[in-house]
Amino acid sequence: MIRTMDIKMINPFLAAAMHVLKTMAQIEAKPGKPFLKKDDLALGDVSAIIGITGAVQGSMALIFAEDCIKDIASNLLGEPFTELNNEVRDAVGELANMICGDARRRLAEGGFVLQAGIPTIVGGKGHTIMHVTTGPRLAVPFETSQGSFMVEVAFGG
Amino acid sequence: MIYKNMTAMVVDDFATMRRIVKKILKDLQFEEIIEAENGAEALGLLESNKVDLIVSDWNMPTMTGLELLKQVRADDRLKGLPFLMVTAEAQKQNIIEAIQAKVSNYVVKPFTPAVFAEKLSKIIPQGK
Repeated sequence: MIRTMDIKMINPFLAAAMHVLKTMAQIEAKPGKPFLKKDDLALGDVSAIIGITGAVQGSMALIFAEDCIKDIASNLLGEPFTELNNEVRDAVGELANMICGDARRRLAEGGFVLQAGIPTIVGGKGHTIMHVTTGPRLAVPFETSQGSFMVEVAFGG
Repeated sequence: MIYKNMTAMVVDDFATMRRIVKKILKDLQFEEIIEAENGAEALGLLESNKVDLIVSDWNMPTMTGLELLKQVRADDRLKGLPFLMVTAEAQKQNIIEAIQAKVSNYVVKPFTPAVFAEKLSKIIPQGK
């Protein structure tokens, strides 16, 4: 049983985020430098969080800036979105579901079998992300042509 | 591949994925598409609707796609229905479980429309 977060655990989530956006929305996402996040404040306008159980306990959060997710949702669903409405929020949940699933598939290849819950979507300026563990949370910023998003992963505690 | 005159049921708790799958099915010329948000709602709709295909997510509240698959296979009226699982559950154990429950085919998210169409063509080769 892994008790603390291994930085190698983040790589499958990075790869999954790039793969999902490229495959489903034809969007290239460029990862920035990972950093340890100390507070609950979401660095974006809308988020989805998924609880993870199995070989490790934890959670993954996906946080989008408004312009970025409107662009991604437009590509994903084949129609333009000009406001952050319920359809766009729903897309955040499905993207989180796909990224977490693809990352779990990659981790399972290395022997870490994980299960995931159903994403919860939260939003608004200054909203917070409540990870399910008190362990360290690693955040990776991404840039796309239309703005930024972030993947946060927290395991152990 | 043309699926004229056919009706599909799309089961997913996220409207986003239902819309993505619906668009692909429309492009493949499915005539009618019925939507459900979970397995229980799908079973209810199957009592009064005749469908030619079920496309279902796995991980849903109320009733999962795997439970829906098992109930469909246990029902004399529905057991022969082509059942395509479209899911982010891509670990080997999940796929084995779905095969044991007699899934017709399995599409792992994320996917392209071409991959979806190819998997579908394996379970409904000619359309109608």
